[in-house]
Amino acid sequence: MEEWWYRSASGARIALRRRQHSASCRELAVRCPRLRLRSLSAATSAAWLAAYGLFVLTENSMVLSAAIIITLVGLIIYLHFVKIDQESLLVIGSLGIQVTSSYASGKESTTFIEMSQVKDVVINEAIHMQKVIYYLCILLQDPGDPQGVSEVVPLFQSSKPRLDCLIVVYKSCQEILEQRKTAPQSS
Amino acid sequence: MVLKVFFPSCCASAESGILIGRWISEQNSAVILAVVHFPFIPVQVKQYLTEVQRVTKVSVSVLGSWSNSKQEKEESLSEFLEDLGTIFSHEPWIQISKEGDSKFWSCSTLQKNSNNPKEEEIILVYYDQRKVMLSHLHPPLDTAASTDHKAEDASKLSAIFDTVAKSKILFMTDRYDDGPIKLTHWQSDGVEASIIVELMKQASVPACMLLTFLLSLVSGVCRSRVLKFWPLSFLWSKLSTCEQLGHRLQHLQVISSNKKAQNQTQLMRKANIFVSLLIDVALGMLLMSWLYRKNRIGHLADTLIPVADHVAEELQDLLQWLMGAPAGLKMNRALDQVLGRFFLYHIHLWISYIHLMSPFIEMILWYVGLSACLGLTVALCILSDIIALLTFHIYCFYVYGARLYCLKIYGLSSLWRLFRGKKWNVLRQRVDSCSYDLDQVVL
Repeated sequence: MEEWWYRSASGARIALRRRQHSASCRELAVRCPRLRLRSLSAATSAAWLAAYGLFVLTENSMVLSAAIIITLVGLIIYLHFVKIDQESLLVIGSLGIQVTSSYASGKESTTFIEMSQVKDVVINEAIHMQKVIYYLCILLQDPGDPQGVSEVVPLFQSSKPRLDCLIVVYKSCQEILEQRKTAPQSS
Repeated sequence: MVLKVFFPSCCASAESGILIGRWISEQNSAVILAVVHFPFIPVQVKQYLTEVQRVTKVSVSVLGSWSNSKQEKEESLSEFLEDLGTIFSHEPWIQISKEGDSKFWSCSTLQKNSNNPKEEEIILVYYDQRKVMLSHLHPPLDTAASTDHKAEDASKLSAIFDTVAKSKILFMTDRYDDGPIKLTHWQSDGVEASIIVELMKQASVPACMLLTFLLSLVSGVCRSRVLKFWPLSFLWSKLSTCEQLGHRLQHLQVISSNKKAQNQTQLMRKANIFVSLLIDVALGMLLMSWLYRKNRIGHLADTLIPVADHVAEELQDLLQWLMGAPAGLKMNRALDQVLGRFFLYHIHLWISYIHLMSPFIEMILWYVGLSACLGLTVALCILSDIIALLTFHIYCFYVYGARLYCLKIYGLSSLWRLFRGKKWNVLRQRVDSCSYDLDQVVL
């Protein structure tokens, strides 16, 4: 198992971990930066100061309890639905590709794409906000048209690694995808 | 190509035996369905497998051996298992073994007639048999109508799902049954029998019949001739409550029909309607419980009349202003007065009716609020109908105004056509050119 440190598109430090389970099975995981105590406390204090200001204006103590409840519920919702801790890619030659996103609350959401549907794994460019970023994506085969692409599945959407990290992931995937061209089709 | 073995998770703790399942040679994968335990007679096993094959049309065969030994690995057992490979000849013969409490399994294959004796890579996929059996991998919609070859290309995993789903009969016999064959599969963990589910299934049939009978009565009454005379039918079509009740009746009829759903979409539709009805009724009950407390109906009724009066007063002020102002109802002063007084009379009539009904408002509201138990949507429909009825006079103004406008536009367009020298041909429903005499044009 190897681990390297890179930077994401927004400048935060991310870690890429690569595990080779066997000759045709590889797992690549990108770990996003954790939730900083600074930003959490800044958001909470801002919310509570605003609530205290409202309380002073309206003299209603319900505002304070509502602010506390909203902060707690908002934090739980953020951790469970928004904050992604780790995104991983498991490539099993001749079976398929599995994409997993694990959230900070422990929830995992996985998508499995069969190998017969995968046309290729490529690096594309995109305009995101005011930047041009690179992203890795899986091209899915169009069943009717052998040359066509029916869908593009982007990977590592929340960690957004930079080109150097993407090149390492791209090379690892291509090594396994090449095997299906050289392997004999029938046993 | 890599060899893929799909092993059910329920057989991980089974005792030693042989593996039966289906071998898909195009994909080089073996789907294991069950484990047959010792002691068995090979002839009986083969007979049983041909029986299963005949019924399910799935080519089930013996694929390999499974050994789960609590003690250290015994040499004799492994030789015995290899010898089994000669009795049930299958290429390749898969041997999976697990030792004691160790987490690691070993999986190897025996190839007797192999052209290239190289070490083949094996991928072991652990699957939840019950869930795979119950799920259905839907093919993409646009290729569903295409040939079989294309459908096969679309998804290789669907073969695995189909194999497990079609082999339901294999899961009927168990190792606790008396018979020559003792199998272990997902049912070995305990046959699924939830009493509540069974009771509900039994109770649903008479409940459905009762509901169908009641609904047929209600729809018969609704369709009777009495309610179909012209003024009434026009009224029913305008009121949104009646429409909503009609929809609900139709939904209930769909749910309470005795026929099972033909395919997945129908089942989803039925389940969807059932759940939406439940939620509707629950929300309606919630609304009722909130509405009938603390005399809220009384407060509502008390505020209704003053609000109607207030609206009428504002309208009268507006009309007075319109009658006098330069950009008023009409350019003509006399016409202004006529229209204005006409509208004012309308408002006066409507307000008198509302005042006439004011003692009964509270009772009407109380009984109408009871209909909220049919659903929140019915309550909202009634609310919308009440608002429509209360502002009926404003609607009348709109109708009169629209008619006058239509008339004016008709006259203007006719004059415009005259100006251009054309005429409206009623017979042909189109505009034709027409030569007018001088005195016709100059009038």
